[in-house]
Amino acid sequence: MIFLTLILTNLCRHRIRSLISIAGIAFSVAAMLTVVTILQGAIGMFSGILSSDSEIIVFERNVSDLFFSNVPAAALNEITGWPMVSHADPVLFGIVSSADHPIITCFGVTASDARIRNATWIQGNSSVFAQHSDDVALGERAAEFLGAKAGDHVPIGHGIFHVIGILKTANGFEDGGVFMPLSSAQSFFHKEGTSSVITVKLLNKDDAAALKSIVRSKFPNLVALEDTEFTRSYSQFKILKATAWAVGGCGLVLGGLGVANTMIMSVFTRIREIAILRVNGFSHLQLAMMIFGESAVVSFLGALSGLLTGTCLLLILKQVPALHGYVDVSVDPVVMLIVILLALATGVAGALYPAAYAMRIRAVEALRFE
Amino acid sequence: MSLSGAQTGNLGRIVLSAENVWKSYDDGAIAVLKGVSFEAIEGQTVALCGPSGCGKSTLLHLFGGLDSPDKGHVAVNGTEINRHCNLLRLLRHEVGFVFQLHNLIPDLTLEENCLIPTVAAGIDRRTAHARLQQLADRTGLTHRLDHRIQKLSGGERQRTALCRALMNKPKILLADEPTGSLDEGTSVLVFDLLLDVVATEGVTLVMATHDRGLAQRCDRLLEMHDGRIHESVYAR
Repeated sequence: MIFLTLILTNLCRHRIRSLISIAGIAFSVAAMLTVVTILQGAIGMFSGILSSDSEIIVFERNVSDLFFSNVPAAALNEITGWPMVSHADPVLFGIVSSADHPIITCFGVTASDARIRNATWIQGNSSVFAQHSDDVALGERAAEFLGAKAGDHVPIGHGIFHVIGILKTANGFEDGGVFMPLSSAQSFFHKEGTSSVITVKLLNKDDAAALKSIVRSKFPNLVALEDTEFTRSYSQFKILKATAWAVGGCGLVLGGLGVANTMIMSVFTRIREIAILRVNGFSHLQLAMMIFGESAVVSFLGALSGLLTGTCLLLILKQVPALHGYVDVSVDPVVMLIVILLALATGVAGALYPAAYAMRIRAVEALRFE
Repeated sequence: MSLSGAQTGNLGRIVLSAENVWKSYDDGAIAVLKGVSFEAIEGQTVALCGPSGCGKSTLLHLFGGLDSPDKGHVAVNGTEINRHCNLLRLLRHEVGFVFQLHNLIPDLTLEENCLIPTVAAGIDRRTAHARLQQLADRTGLTHRLDHRIQKLSGGERQRTALCRALMNKPKILLADEPTGSLDEGTSVLVFDLLLDVVATEGVTLVMATHDRGLAQRCDRLLEMHDGRIHESVYAR
């Protein structure tokens, strides 16, 4: 109890200094949490597009991005006919621009695609999709920023398209996208006879390994992955995740420097007091534990405040229309745990030098210290 | 030299001893102790007198294991300190320190300050509080236990320092000018209390002081000058 009192007393002596350190950790944690959660949300949405009513995704081997993947129609036809396959849907991804919006994602899909079938149609309905080559269905947010409604003609890229309906999905990417008939998309993006991916629904999920094996042997240029495997191994996701953690990590390093500064100042200003503790029988380990205890309290309070701030920030960002569907406020407990542990580790690292300094203080000299 | 279990005839057991102790600072430029030899017997009160810089505090620091001699032997309870295998045991259980500037932690309460040695030694809460209550009763500080150090008078602070030094029941109390920062009246009161407590607890007191009046009330008075003990007088 006295040990804890010593720790808290030391922190309370210089409240402003301690608060600044706590704030440093808190902002770092909030930044890390926000960036990682938004990116995980984005990754989750992208995965959601691919795993819509399917378990397996087939795409071109060794492509850096699915936009560059070309899966031939012959592969689609053959895979569709395999006995373990319930249905296989081709999807073509493309990026186009319109007058005020540099990037709009286009999804070239067939009328039987789950995205079309299962979406909530705000205007129009799925039965008229893909009847004409210039027909498109707009995601709700895409319709908003293009200022279009069903029946309008909208310029997309170098073409003019007829809006046959507006649909709503829970997925931010899809909500901000344009759905074209597959053949129109192939023509528009000069990818006749191919799709970016094939999403496969199996009759029995246990056949996943068999299907992957057959794809590997029959189509050496293609790769089949289960949805979870894809999310784990897709290089773009890896880069995004690594970037998010790196950005957050840099923030934490800065926060850690703040803790180190606080702890160094804290030790320097009570050299005599540390000598008194030593004279009263405190071991080097006990002194180090006291210093580490102080930094751990700062880090823990910082992490706690950061989690609260980050969650509030995510709640605010969730209200921003442009980020609709990207922000999932339900923070992954694993992310939360990692962030807290990183904050504590940062605090401990920041206290290493101050603790070592405190352990080196010679009582007999320090007692003469004014 | 055999220090272990040393006896001094019918006087009692030797608990502190220094034999031909030399100590200098700044690579020998400042010689503080020049061959000091000294012994203190269990329960004895010893005053070290002499001018500033004569080596009184340095000798106390050597006895408390805070510093080590360049040459010679210092022993506490028969164990040489410079070969003491456990300095922490010495500081936690065998010696207690009282300084001229009380050296209390100002932001803690009297009680918290006194409990510090028990935390260091890992003594359980109940035992520690019972001991504190006992010492606070004896030093008249019971009503001040939850007061912060800033709120205490000089005499109360020094009495608190005395309580803290005795919390773990050490057998030796090293006091470095314990009344040096107090006025004459308070000095006498604190010193009376100091003598009373050490007598009750059976503690050996070695005290550095400039106050000859107080020094003469100890069992022995040692005159130090230029790093040597020149005269040892049995004051009482």
